Amino acid sequence: MPWLDLFLGFTLCVTAGLALIARDMFRAVIMFIVFGLLMAVAWVRLQAPDIALAEAAIGAGLTGVLLLDTLGYLRRPFGSRVDNQDDRS
Amino acid sequence: MIVRVVMAGLLSLGVTVALGWAVLDRPAPVENLPDRVASAMPESGVEHPVTAVLLNFRSYDTLLEIAVLLLAVVVALALREAQPDRPEQMGLDNPLLRAVMAWLLPLILVVAGFLLWAGSYQPGGAFQAGSVLAAAGVLLRLAGGNLGWLDNAALLRAGLALGLLTFIGIGMVVMLPGVPFLTYPDAHAGTLILVIELTLTLSIGLTLLSLFRLNPPYADDPADARTQGAPKP
Repeated sequence: MPWLDLFLGFTLCVTAGLALIARDMFRAVIMFIVFGLLMAVAWVRLQAPDIALAEAAIGAGLTGVLLLDTLGYLRRPFGSRVDNQDDRS
Repeated sequence: MIVRVVMAGLLSLGVTVALGWAVLDRPAPVENLPDRVASAMPESGVEHPVTAVLLNFRSYDTLLEIAVLLLAVVVALALREAQPDRPEQMGLDNPLLRAVMAWLLPLILVVAGFLLWAGSYQPGGAFQAGSVLAAAGVLLRLAGGNLGWLDNAALLRAGLALGLLTFIGIGMVVMLPGVPFLTYPDAHAGTLILVIELTLTLSIGLTLLSLFRLNPPYADDPADARTQGAPKP
């Protein structure tokens, strides 16, 4: 199992770095969610299933959804772009 | 530019080394807390040590955590009040998604109930159950489900405050025989904890869902945005 733990730690560092340096915000959020899920696995490996549950549900799940929602909000500001329309994506 | 990069690098390196040193050089624990918890378990009313610590031995911390959550959602409510109002119309009107939701929702609710119940003897508890409950609400909202009953301000506020109020209420009722705040009598500790956890689950679920639901709406449809006073260039 030490190989699994090493791999887990390495992947955590990589996903954290990718989330930080990503230019595309969407990619950063996805990396954050992946990081949260891997972190939950890491908590299980550290024999802290309670924290793993909370991390998976809140850290990866709800925070991810909130971030994605915020991203959508930032991309299409409320009430703007109304009069120079036709750029609906 | 180069100087700044080098400075930043050195600073990061310094912090990393300091952190590593702090971890390696931490003082040995003075007291064996796991043993103390284990010896106090019979009077906690639950069988899972984490729940015992969170809701009995250290319930004051949990109480304040709930208060912080409530504070956060109150701020979100206040910020939302400042935004222009418009009917809720978020979500994808997708029949497939709705059909899947009909299958998923009962399952999610059962999982939340199980996590709440399981908290007394294995990993689980109010926070996890509450967040699963909130996830169900978020999914429902994304699928275009009807969450209009949350617009009832009195109901929403009562639901948000229910957990904290019950927590404080039970904490004060147990003071009647003359013991400190939140000191549950051993005989009823299990029941009291379950009642607190049940109301906490509902409130936490509602809080997290509200945080998601209360962000200012943006116009999905430009024709729609036009109707409600968009700033003219």
